[in-house]
Amino acid sequence: MQKIYDVAIIGAGAVGTAIARELSRYKLKIALVEAKSDVGMGTTKANTAIWHTGFDAKPGTLEAQLLRRSYALMESYAPEAGIPTERLGGLLVAWTEDQFQNLSNLLQRAHQNGVTDVRIISAEEVYRLEPGLNEGAWGGLFVPGESLICPFTLPIAFATQALLNGADLKLNFPVQGIQQEDGVSHVFGPGEQRVSARYLINAAGLYSDVIDHMLGHYDFTVTPRRGELIVYDKFARSLINHIILPVPTAITKGVLISPTVYGNILLGPTAEDLEDKTNTATSEAGLAMLLEKGRAILPQLMDEEVTATYAGLRAATEHKDYQIRLHGEQRYVCVGGIRSTGVSGAMGIAEYVADLLAEAGLSLAPKPEFKTIRMPNIGEATPRPYQRPDLIAQNPDYGRMVCHCEKVTMGEILDAIHSPLPARTLDGLRRRTRAMQGRCQGFNCQAHVVDILARETGQDPKFLLALDGREVQR
Amino acid sequence: MSVKTDVLIVGAGPAGLASAIQLKKLGVQQVTVVDREPEPGGTPRLCHHTGFGVWDFHRLYSGPQYARRYAELARSLGVDIRTETTITGWDDENALTFTSPQGTGVLAASAILLATGVRERPRAARLIPGYRPRGVFTTGSLQRFVDEQHLPVGKRAVIVGAEGVSLSAFMTLTGAGLEVAAMLTDLPRHQMYFPYAPAKWWLMDVVHRTPIRTRVRVQRILGRKRVEGVEIRRLDDDGVEVIPCDAVVFTGDWIPENEVARKGGLEIAPGALGPRIDGQFRTSQPGVFAAGNLLRGAETAATSAMEGRFAAASINQYLQGKAWPRRRLPIQVAPPILWSLPNSISADGASGQRKHIAFRVARFINNATMQVFQGAKLLYEQRFSHLPPNETMYLSGAWLTQVDPDGPPPQIRLSG
Ligand SMILES: Cc1cc2nc3c(=O)[nH]c(=O)nc-3n(C[C@H](O)[C@H](O)[C@H](O)COP(=O)(O)OP(=O)(O)OC[C@H]3O[C@@H](n4cnc5c(N)ncnc54)[C@H](O)[C@@H]3O)c2cc1C
Ligand SMILES: Cc1cc2nc3c(=O)[nH]c(=O)nc-3n(C[C@H](O)[C@H](O)[C@H](O)COP(=O)(O)OP(=O)(O)OC[C@H]3O[C@@H](n4cnc5c(N)ncnc54)[C@H](O)[C@@H]3O)c2cc1C
Repeated sequence: MQKIYDVAIIGAGAVGTAIARELSRYKLKIALVEAKSDVGMGTTKANTAIWHTGFDAKPGTLEAQLLRRSYALMESYAPEAGIPTERLGGLLVAWTEDQFQNLSNLLQRAHQNGVTDVRIISAEEVYRLEPGLNEGAWGGLFVPGESLICPFTLPIAFATQALLNGADLKLNFPVQGIQQEDGVSHVFGPGEQRVSARYLINAAGLYSDVIDHMLGHYDFTVTPRRGELIVYDKFARSLINHIILPVPTAITKGVLISPTVYGNILLGPTAEDLEDKTNTATSEAGLAMLLEKGRAILPQLMDEEVTATYAGLRAATEHKDYQIRLHGEQRYVCVGGIRSTGVSGAMGIAEYVADLLAEAGLSLAPKPEFKTIRMPNIGEATPRPYQRPDLIAQNPDYGRMVCHCEKVTMGEILDAIHSPLPARTLDGLRRRTRAMQGRCQGFNCQAHVVDILARETGQDPKFLLALDGREVQR
Repeated sequence: MSVKTDVLIVGAGPAGLASAIQLKKLGVQQVTVVDREPEPGGTPRLCHHTGFGVWDFHRLYSGPQYARRYAELARSLGVDIRTETTITGWDDENALTFTSPQGTGVLAASAILLATGVRERPRAARLIPGYRPRGVFTTGSLQRFVDEQHLPVGKRAVIVGAEGVSLSAFMTLTGAGLEVAAMLTDLPRHQMYFPYAPAKWWLMDVVHRTPIRTRVRVQRILGRKRVEGVEIRRLDDDGVEVIPCDAVVFTGDWIPENEVARKGGLEIAPGALGPRIDGQFRTSQPGVFAAGNLLRGAETAATSAMEGRFAAASINQYLQGKAWPRRRLPIQVAPPILWSLPNSISADGASGQRKHIAFRVARFINNATMQVFQGAKLLYEQRFSHLPPNETMYLSGAWLTQVDPDGPPPQIRLSG
């Protein structure tokens, strides 16, 4: 007899994992179904990693409402769960008179959105806050609440807490078909894979439209909008003190320069509509455009080394708002089109989705105990293990450096491999520890890390290195 | 944990160890060398091919043998070598913070020598677009894969670069049974000068049977999970080609490991990207010296070792009370000159200045005249029939004594 879950969630990005976590506080049997080999491997791992206040969201939209709610939820959750964040504040810089005039509209909009601590500042104040900026700023809008967040830890924290509270995680399960009968949704993957549940949630990101089609709905189409980014060396970190935002246009939030919680600087993203939902390659034109923008905003950035480049795909739709809909008769909630604020909005979305499920008749009875978690710290704002003699005294592996650029120790690597939601791939290990993502890009530690991971997990290094059974084509 | 020593050396590579040995020979009491790796020896530890030691030991060693030889020599002279010890920053001007399996702490010293070596500029820093598949290496990571961890690296590789270190990658790849599909350089000729290869003729023969593609640039990496090829652009006719391969090795294009130096606020020389030093290996900060590849990218191990030895003499004088120069002038270079070394002149006279100024150029140049100006005044001129890129050349230091310490920074340029 196939187990019937109360709720199945398709997609383990920021949104799906947040929903799983939110529901796991109730007496429910939950399955979180993910196509990839780990959580957080879709758009959630490739973005600008800003925890938005929602000050510039379109007032009255669901996005504006949920961003606001999410911000409050995250303010208590992030510190509790150990998700690295830094409240640096955003500085929108107006580079033309038009943009400067527009700031008052943005201020008004922020107020409508309930973000009331925003203020317009003079050019002098802009340069006092950010002496490194290029000449020519007219003034700016200061948004104290805009913050940095670790988009790697976030979904792992949500998923880990859901697991701890009884949810099941089904990885390597790409949903290929869905059948609904007698009030139960049967979700099929390749081969024998199958999950059945009374309620179904679609949080499949770029593929949320495809899943929606499987259930007979054609409310929106996802167009992948690629955003390319350049990560600069940690030595660039001291060039700015805030998140330097452009004045947004209708199409995009524009190119920003932001620190990361790992102590680097990000420059990006671009915005380019594509057809291929898997095209996360960087392009020559995209990178060239970013360099040009970066030079115009912060000339000194160009003197620093580049550490990495990457691209992410926004799940853009023809609509200007999140596509969250309850189909009560199907006991199905679609959570699609979470375009460019899903990392920030995930907790608010999750709470909203729980409300929708209740509306559809799911009873939400709290468990006697909702277990909390504490993630290993990979941010720079609080001491890392290598800086903690107390930890090293307990276990010398926390003083044994493996990744020199990011200062990741053997202790952290072993922890990540043996955690409740363990790292099984090099990328999974990187997102959990930062190993190999520093300025040498593995020149020093990659081989060592492969060896440790292969040994600890009993996997063939060939598999980890994608060298299995693949012949070079001539 | 706090320790005080006479000389603290960061980096147990050839530069650091050679310096420590020399300091001991000069009678310095406490010499401490720290390295973040589990074994001392530095980069040669990972270069399992031969080609080391001819100049400093008059014997031909493999990299690991050479590294061991230095470490043993240092230990036998009483040098305190601490491995698995990473320098994480500065506690004050003459004390560094560290992390090791024993804990965290401070190492204070009367003098500090930085000899932290280099890394190669990886694919991302070269802004080469595409996906991020496995199978992209630098020579350094390749050698750790093959010789340190004995991991598979693929079947068919493309080497980006055709200079000395590319040859090292070539030997590692062929040693691991890979076919080298091509070596690529954007310059019109390869820059492999076969300086220390023992089986030189054999090697030249093998390399000559490997396609060396000149005037090409990698413009994209192909493959999603695993490298499937590189897309190259021919610089002369803008033609595009694909070379199928499952591994790409980016060689050379050095970046000094200047993290500790920069964290300490030491002046960094543009171009060289290492701490700015005078002829006696003194940095911009009193009591802090620098030597080896950290100064400017990779040279042979012997060059780094020799610098370490010279630096030791300077450090010893400082310990004996020689005053730190109060003023110094940077030596500037104009393109296509990439860097010079030393890259500053101290105001305490030309005594002890090196006899030569090392430099590199960015491209092949024939019949070059190098000129040294201070302001409008021509101090010196020297002709070179041939200046190759990726090879260090030497300009006479005869002009150093003529520099006016109150004048503008001297500049080295190429005439015409
Ligand atoms: C360039 C860029 C910059 C951004 N900057 C920010 C920012 O600064 N702040 C912010 O808050 N947001 C930002 N975003 C947006 C944010 O990244 C997304 O909104 C968020 O990650 C969406 O999360 P998700 O869970 O909906 O999607 P995803 O993370 O893509 O998760 C969807 C998951 O569903 C899985 N899936 C898909 N189809 C199936 C199937 N058939 N079966 C099983 N599983 C399936 C996928 O594998 C994936 O893991 C940015 C986005 C981009 C591209
Ligand atoms: C691939 C390759 C092949 C080569 N082949 C040859 C050859 O055949 N023959 C030849 O003569 N030369 C060769 N060389 C050059 C030779 O290896 C170098 O010139 C020599 O190692 C430089 O010595 P060094 O002491 O300056 O630096 P390194 O040998 O690189 O030593 C620097 C040391 O500093 C340590 N370190 C760095 N930062 C810290 C920190 N924060 N805390 C603690 N320790 C730190 C590092 O762990 C390292 O051990 C090769 C180099 C490479 C990369």
